[in-house]
Amino acid sequence: MSWITARRRHPAAGYVVVAFVLVLIGVGYAVVTSSGNASASSPAAANAAQIVRGRNLFLATCATCHGQFAQGQQNIAPSLIGVGAAAVDFQVSTGRMPPGEASAENDRKPPRFTTAETHAIAAYIQSLGGGPPIPSAAQVSSAGANLGLGQRLFVANCAACHNFVGAGGALTNGKFAPSLVESTPTQIYEAMLTGPEAMPVFNDLTVTPQEKRDIIAYVTQVRAEPNPGGFSLGRVGPVTEGLVAFLGLLLFMVLAALWITAKHRKAHE
Amino acid sequence: MSDINSPGLRGSGDSGDQSWPEYLTSGEAHGATPADAEPEGRRTPRRVIGTPPPAASRTLLTEEAAARQPATRELPAEPEDPARAKRAERLVAACFLLAMVAGFGFLVAYAIIGVGSIDGAWHSNLVLGTCLGLTFLLLAVGATIWVRHLMPDVEITEQRHLMRSDEKDREAFKQTFTEGADTSQFVKRPLVRRTLLAATVPLAVAPIFLLRDLGPLPGTSLDHTVWRRGLRLLVYGTGRPITAAEFNSPGSIISVGPEGYLDDDDAMAKAAVTLIKFRPGQLQFTPVNHAVPNKVVQNWTVDNIVAYSKICTHVGCPAALYEQTTHHILCPCHQSTFDATEGARVIFGPATRPLPQLPMGVDSQGYLIALGDFQEPVGPSFWERS
Repeated sequence: MSWITARRRHPAAGYVVVAFVLVLIGVGYAVVTSSGNASASSPAAANAAQIVRGRNLFLATCATCHGQFAQGQQNIAPSLIGVGAAAVDFQVSTGRMPPGEASAENDRKPPRFTTAETHAIAAYIQSLGGGPPIPSAAQVSSAGANLGLGQRLFVANCAACHNFVGAGGALTNGKFAPSLVESTPTQIYEAMLTGPEAMPVFNDLTVTPQEKRDIIAYVTQVRAEPNPGGFSLGRVGPVTEGLVAFLGLLLFMVLAALWITAKHRKAHE
Repeated sequence: MSDINSPGLRGSGDSGDQSWPEYLTSGEAHGATPADAEPEGRRTPRRVIGTPPPAASRTLLTEEAAARQPATRELPAEPEDPARAKRAERLVAACFLLAMVAGFGFLVAYAIIGVGSIDGAWHSNLVLGTCLGLTFLLLAVGATIWVRHLMPDVEITEQRHLMRSDEKDREAFKQTFTEGADTSQFVKRPLVRRTLLAATVPLAVAPIFLLRDLGPLPGTSLDHTVWRRGLRLLVYGTGRPITAAEFNSPGSIISVGPEGYLDDDDAMAKAAVTLIKFRPGQLQFTPVNHAVPNKVVQNWTVDNIVAYSKICTHVGCPAALYEQTTHHILCPCHQSTFDATEGARVIFGPATRPLPQLPMGVDSQGYLIALGDFQEPVGPSFWERS
């Protein structure tokens, strides 16, 4: 104890104690809450260096439209204050942001930023005004999910736009509900949480995190189901092949009828 | 040409029948003349050299006429090219043999492939259909090759005949019919005749009675749903009641149904409801307690949450596509589009009426409840809709 007694009057002692307690609280909170709510263990609980890096990336790439302070610009780009890290991670990791050419809806494309860069930007936006954080791996895991419930929820609330296996579909004025075939579980979760573009929001109180996992499990596991036909129109079945076969057979039968009734020309005539 | 009712039976060879119009008998009358005297007309079919004109030869002659007419073949007995015919014969036989094999394949497949499982039935259908299809196809191909390569290629025309039987046959039929009627006692015994007719009356009326099974009439059931005052709105799928505080993210949407009816598909087919949460100021309100065109009834909303019927007013599809940016509800079937902020008025598509708004309130525990049924029929128009 003499070691502490000797130094407790040191000018830096107060700072050391405060820092120690803060670290203790932070680690303790993370340990306690990591199993249930992932907001603390998510990348959003990032350090200052990550936020600085994210701010630099934001200023270099996003600020042209979203404004220097992410406040948005009228009729150009929305404010990002309060949208949360989940929205940023969804938009950037699916390649929708930064956008390509102007269109009714930004389509999925290869992401411009690495995962670390994306998380840095997300952390910066999160630091501006909070919002839903990026879900943890445990939050989007399909392990032990209730597929049946996931299907019921998906069919009742998602399938109208996204098709009953997530193949996507058309909306109005050139907008469309994208296919979910390439979506990662994290992206599906973030989309439900934040409602990107025309998509409605399904917050955690209405559709609980467990139910979101059920939906994700359904969307990801239905991909492995048998899918007969080549161009199956979103698992409608081999309808296109059937049409081609039908037309081909029709042509064959017309030709056969022509052949049967054709005048048989004799050699000597 | 094998028409046994042909009037030629009556002997067209001798000077023609009086009852035949000239245009029908002229050819046959001349038929007895030497073949080369008949000029080949425009519509006269091609014939094989050395045979009489088809018009004459096709008439089935009486014994007497046949005796006078030398029997000549109209059609050649043998194909012109024996080698080619032999090849065709082998081809036809091969087709028929393969058809037989495919037919046996059908029997074998039926015996071997069980239909106990979905896959089994699938394979069974595939193999049975393939075998049967091959059988018929090969039979048809064989028959076609037979016709085209073994049978002579001669066009045959038939004369047009009168439909009416001649007087003698008609008299004979009449006599037979009358005799039958007499001997059966049908005419003489009215009791039997009338009871027979009476026995058939119920059979004639029975189909009319079956029409009853089209009913019963729906009555007023199309005007109502199972929603009533106090029923909680349960999230479809989880069956959990929902509070306005939970459903608090603007732009949210969720499918709900009436408490106690979530598993009743008949009830849900009309009672399905879409909850949508708006930002303050987005909804175009009317304070009046009944539906006003292009307005949302404010007393039926809770904290900018509005409940619309999910059943499209066009033909009843679930109108469940929602764009939170434009507040448009879309029906996926025929692209009817409703503006959710203006009482779900129709802004595009074949629907003619807005989606009905469900009167909604909050119970003592804070859960969203219905304040009553929809005030107008949900879903598509029907005949007696007021």
